Amino acid sequence: MANMAEGAAGLRSIPELLRRNATEFAGCPAYREKEFGIWQSWTWAETEQEIEALALGLINMGVARGDHIAIIGRNRPYLYWAMVSAQMVGAVPVPLYQDAVAEEMEYVLGHCGARFIIAADQEQVDKVIEIQDDLHQFEHLIYLDPRGMRKYDHTRLHEYSHVQAQGRAAYDELINELNRRRDALTYDDTCVMLYTSGTTGKPKGVVLSNRNIIESAKSASEFDGIRRDDAVLAYLPMAWVGDFIFSIGQGYYTGFCVNCPESAETLRTDLREIAPSYYFAPPRIFETLLTQIMIRMEDAGALKKRMFDYFMAHARAVGPKILDGKPVSAMDRLKYALGEVLVYGPLKNAMGFSKVRVGYTAGEAIGPEIFDFYRALGINLKQLYGQTEASVFITVQPDGEVRSDTVGVPAPGVEIRIGETGEVFYRSPGVFVEYYKNPESTASTKDAEGWVATGDAGFIEEGTGHLRIIDRAKDVGQMADGAMFAPKYVENKLKFYPDILEAVVFGAGRDRCMAFINIDLTAVGNWAERNNIAYASYQELAQHPRVLETIQAHIEEVNASVAQDEMLSGCQIHRFLVLHKELDADDGEMTRTRKVRRNVISDKFADLVTALYDGSDSVYTETEVTYEDGRKGQIKATLVIRDAKVVPVAQKVAAE
Amino acid sequence: MKDTEGYTTADGRQIGGVLMELRNITLRFGGVVAINDISFDIREGEIRAIIGPNGAGKSSMLNIISGFYTPSEGELWYQGAKRPPMKPYEVARMGIARTFQNIALFEGMTVLDNVMTGRLTHMKANVFQQAIWKGFAQDEELANREKVERVIDFLEIQAIRKTPVGRLPYGLKKRVELARALAAEPSILLLDEPMAGMNVEEKEDMSRFILDVNDEFGTTICLIEHDMGVVMDLSDRVVVMDYGKKIGDGTPDEVRGNQDVIDAYLGVPH
Repeated sequence: MANMAEGAAGLRSIPELLRRNATEFAGCPAYREKEFGIWQSWTWAETEQEIEALALGLINMGVARGDHIAIIGRNRPYLYWAMVSAQMVGAVPVPLYQDAVAEEMEYVLGHCGARFIIAADQEQVDKVIEIQDDLHQFEHLIYLDPRGMRKYDHTRLHEYSHVQAQGRAAYDELINELNRRRDALTYDDTCVMLYTSGTTGKPKGVVLSNRNIIESAKSASEFDGIRRDDAVLAYLPMAWVGDFIFSIGQGYYTGFCVNCPESAETLRTDLREIAPSYYFAPPRIFETLLTQIMIRMEDAGALKKRMFDYFMAHARAVGPKILDGKPVSAMDRLKYALGEVLVYGPLKNAMGFSKVRVGYTAGEAIGPEIFDFYRALGINLKQLYGQTEASVFITVQPDGEVRSDTVGVPAPGVEIRIGETGEVFYRSPGVFVEYYKNPESTASTKDAEGWVATGDAGFIEEGTGHLRIIDRAKDVGQMADGAMFAPKYVENKLKFYPDILEAVVFGAGRDRCMAFINIDLTAVGNWAERNNIAYASYQELAQHPRVLETIQAHIEEVNASVAQDEMLSGCQIHRFLVLHKELDADDGEMTRTRKVRRNVISDKFADLVTALYDGSDSVYTETEVTYEDGRKGQIKATLVIRDAKVVPVAQKVAAE
Repeated sequence: MKDTEGYTTADGRQIGGVLMELRNITLRFGGVVAINDISFDIREGEIRAIIGPNGAGKSSMLNIISGFYTPSEGELWYQGAKRPPMKPYEVARMGIARTFQNIALFEGMTVLDNVMTGRLTHMKANVFQQAIWKGFAQDEELANREKVERVIDFLEIQAIRKTPVGRLPYGLKKRVELARALAAEPSILLLDEPMAGMNVEEKEDMSRFILDVNDEFGTTICLIEHDMGVVMDLSDRVVVMDYGKKIGDGTPDEVRGNQDVIDAYLGVPH
């Protein structure tokens, strides 16, 4: 296909898509941001002017082709514009996680050799200033919010609006240069560089070309029929590939409007006001939301509570079938319609999901119970399986074929094969160019024919052609007796309980499985309040005997459910403890996208793991924690270890 | 101290001339002398603290500045003119806004409505225009709402904009009260124990907001506070009162070394 090779005219790069949108959809909204209490909006034509002004300003400041420009901050239109401006002048945008501590930022900024940094506010500027002596290539910083910045030394600091103003002032001199650079962009030029969160080792810079991003955005948009009048809420970290594909890739490809919330705290209100039609979230968000709903229902009046329970039971039974277009009796449909009026509709409205046409969850496996809850309400939530290296899409679930235990069929243009070890490999137009300055990793991940190793173990289901992911290939192991050990499977079952925020299951190479549990402070705190249980700290609550009892009950239920699965019945949890601190990305225990770093945790809490296995009933431990501002402290605690009942599994009699 | 040139603070801020001057103020309640012959001034752009042990007369002093009390003796000069006895609302119109030691918000109203009341002194529409609404009253409301939204943004209380104040925790109520005072765009902001009863984190937040207000809007701030650490960090000049008398006045360092002040705080053997 000629288009595949070069990209049709006007579709070769994001700045070209911008030009097309500014011409074709000139008066349609491109961005909205809630500020000063109202939704401020920018049309595509205005967006192009803003981006052009910044691009001119960047040239004016001396940005050269091929420079890396780091972008740090929460989702704001200005920062999305910064990314496109960078592309327009031939530079490479590198978005960073805004909640990263200074040392983490230092590695990425040093590795990509950013000459220019665009930061959202004083907080981010302070972090850069803290590490600037170690950044040899860093030259200038542009900040967006001038608040508190007046007293700073401005030799290397520039205000965003001033850079734009200077760009506008130099329009006549620089516009030819800008046009030259913009027109020179090819389909194979770098579109963006994203650092993987890395469950192991240092982050790697994934280089994605215009081809990767635009082809992926195009096929995904066509797959789900995403249109110009769709709306999304951009609230996921800008450094995450998902946000880049949705807010920039698909946003520019289809021309839909990207809405940015007012602040992280107002997210729920903003979500409700915007009511996006296309929604994307990692499982964590859905888990948290479900927990909040359950807490609020606990506090609701008796009538409301009974109505909720009654209709939710009905929804769980027939909701997913109705959504999939399967036959459902007229009576059940009528009852579901009544439920829609009384419960589901208002609930969806409160969550901001009234208009969701297509919703995706990805990034990690979602607990089936959580997934089914949203499907039951009539929200078309689907799973997709993706990676930064694939420009997100590897497999997606088509409408009508949604199940919680598969991740769907290969996305358009994606080929999949399963390696001999069970590892999933894929090849697609979205496959990344390389890891920046890391040819060894590139070679070990991507072979000469373009096949990429996912690092996940899975298999293609007979008959349906759906891919099922078992676990991360590294994590799936064997227990001492040779039974399969898949921690994620059990952890997801545990995390369905609102009380449990996070669980880490150990058992590879051992004779029994053990677990660390993190309680959810919101849910358990609310429960404690209703039951008049006084506590002074997270630690104290976590170790409260009644909390431990509750958790134990959950674990025993999970054991019973795990025992049903022939392959995994060995993964029942024999002993557990409730951790004295929340697992946190600042302490390196999780990635910034909130995936558990198993190895780090088992090293860091080695004493606790030992105690679980040596049969002691309590253990004293000291843990170092990092506060948000980078200071460190110690937490000391004595943790109780409890035994959980396991369901005996009949030993399989060998047939031979 | 009649100069109008001002001075430069330790961190390099330029402080202007005298904005308000209190001359020989005495306040009596019957036979009780709450304030005894006190004089000091407040300069444009500075953060001025009034400290002292309990019952020293600090709040009375603030009440005199805000017009709630009329001094028994002495004069109050504001912006170069002697201020006649005034009602508190008249003082507010002259650009003096305050917060209270024990929060005085409208508990049943939302944060937004509470902060809007801070704009009251800037609203001109009369009752008939309000009734017609379209036109003048509406335009005025919009303009005021915009100012209020900037304050809400500044103090980072967007998430509670529509929440009734009664449901908020103490620390946030204090911040809402500050927002209401700021919405009035005062030239002098009086803060009566802005950090009383707060935990360390809330105090840090509040201190940052006070400094930011002073820095961004150039608002002159006069505050009463008990937390010595906070006072010494925040303020440019400090007045120390004890039993209605002024016993010290100067920069935090000067005040800290003043023997009378040390005696007042630590006590002296009689």
